[in-house]
Amino acid sequence: MDKLNKTVVIGVIGADVHAVGNKIIDYALTNAGFNVVNIGVLSTQEDFINAAIETNADAILVSSLYGQGELDARGLREKCVEAGIGDILLYIGGNIVVGKQDWNVVEPKFLDMGYDRAFPPGTRIEDSINELKQDLGI
Amino acid sequence: MKCYLLVDFGSTNTKLTIVDIENEEIIATAKAITTIEDDIMRGFNEAYAQLEPVILENNIEFVEKIGCSSAAGGLKMIAIGLVPELTSEAARRASLGAGAKILNTYSYELAEADVEEMLAMKPEIILLCGGTDGGNKEVIINNAKVLAKFKITIPIIVACNKAAQPQVAEIFNKVGFDYYRCENVMPSINILNVDNVRDVIREVFMKNIVYAKGLDNAIKYVGDVLMPTPAAVLNAASLLAKGTDEEDGIGDLVVVDIGGATTDVHSLCDGYPTKGGITMKGLQEPFAKRSVEGDLGMRYSVLACYQAAGYRMFKKYYPNDISKDEVERQINLRHEDIKLVPINKEDKIFDATIAKICTELALNRHAGYIETSFSPFGSMYSQYGKDLTQIRYLVGTGGVLVFNDKPADILKAAKFDNEQPDLLKPMHPRYLLDKTYILSAMGLLATKLPNQALRIMKKYLIEIKEDNNEIKE
Repeated sequence: MDKLNKTVVIGVIGADVHAVGNKIIDYALTNAGFNVVNIGVLSTQEDFINAAIETNADAILVSSLYGQGELDARGLREKCVEAGIGDILLYIGGNIVVGKQDWNVVEPKFLDMGYDRAFPPGTRIEDSINELKQDLGI
Repeated sequence: MKCYLLVDFGSTNTKLTIVDIENEEIIATAKAITTIEDDIMRGFNEAYAQLEPVILENNIEFVEKIGCSSAAGGLKMIAIGLVPELTSEAARRASLGAGAKILNTYSYELAEADVEEMLAMKPEIILLCGGTDGGNKEVIINNAKVLAKFKITIPIIVACNKAAQPQVAEIFNKVGFDYYRCENVMPSINILNVDNVRDVIREVFMKNIVYAKGLDNAIKYVGDVLMPTPAAVLNAASLLAKGTDEEDGIGDLVVVDIGGATTDVHSLCDGYPTKGGITMKGLQEPFAKRSVEGDLGMRYSVLACYQAAGYRMFKKYYPNDISKDEVERQINLRHEDIKLVPINKEDKIFDATIAKICTELALNRHAGYIETSFSPFGSMYSQYGKDLTQIRYLVGTGGVLVFNDKPADILKAAKFDNEQPDLLKPMHPRYLLDKTYILSAMGLLATKLPNQALRIMKKYLIEIKEDNNEIKE
């Protein structure tokens, strides 16, 4: 696959150690031609931001599988603004809330927090990659 | 007899070591106060004079003379990076590993006031880092431009994003800076690449700094002054741990060097987790890691050391009853007279207590730690830094250890503490003592004859026992 010359930071936020999905996302994005910076599991908001600054990343893709996403994800956009990367593309996906809640309620919550897109459980990785490419203008 | 002469122009003492390379023996050592103020060779000659009878008697011919130096305050550096926890930290670690003393570290965009501040500290090298390879260019180029506004004559080492290096070089060319390009110190997130930077720092040190420090006379006689003294110690420790192609090393180890002004800790190990279920976090650690504690020392920084420890901690290590006033009086005494040599038993016990504090605190800061986070699935463990719990040897060097009756008692303060189980300090180390002060000399010899240097260290570092403190050969 041709190199796209786009850098994305991926990782699993908070005290979450779900590593399998993280590896799948890494694999799929790399195959799609992205330069993937994978900061792994148990990552703090600061880890995401620091990695994005140093690598001059185009997007931050946050995963959360253990239900605490709402708590962990809040404030990331504000910190990005503070760190000088306020315009960076922010995605979040996984089991991002506790239990099974109506996606029509959940999605706006995360968009309000400043995420450009939120993805519900069961999203196909190919679909989100297509949307990512769209958002990055490629 | 064919011998090597190894010279360490230390901050306090100039130490000479004569090594018989055929029999792999230390023939003699001598030391005298370093005389950097007028002529460095005065101290050298004084020490050399002590050796002359031995040289004549054994008909010694020096096949090579090599030196290292930490005279005149050591190699003083400024480290600049982008994010404090990432490239700035990587720049710091690379400088420390090259034996430098870090005056200050800067992050993000430099302001002109920052540059004024750093130049006022009179650094000898500026290390400019920032951005992973292919990562951020803006900040580093901006920082190069800000630096270019000033008249900087000291060498600048550029170890930033390789994609930004051509532009940085162009900026520096225009103003005629003396700069050196090398590999990025952090090529991708959390990956540390210090070897190339270390080599370049050492090269610049040899080429420029030794002259600037008034060591030119020394070079005329000694030949090359290869590296700063701490780099020589790290080099020796690294050889001792890893071994050579022909000869086995002794395995993972930690060196504690307690000095008058600083306490240095060198750890030679990967430091990966030794228990299951632990995730490594943060910037990768170098195999040969050096840390310097500027506030932990026996004399020059003894006040700061006592401040860091406090009376309660002092009492923990002091075997007898002692009042707070008396402790403070004794501490001040040592601060005012930095040449104070303990003569009676009380003085020795007091010094040993300070040494224990230095050892414990320096290890607390050097060793990695475990952070526990609580989640719906129970406790999660992250490890930051190096796990030193299973290292095999703890090597002690520095005057207070050599001249104390119970050196193992002091080194014991470096051990794992059940009351602080999250600090990954050595659990069952064996203790070695650098009784003859040879570590820096062997680090120098290692650059020419690594096998001999390793065998000599194995022979001359003596094992000491924790319980009875009996010195055994």
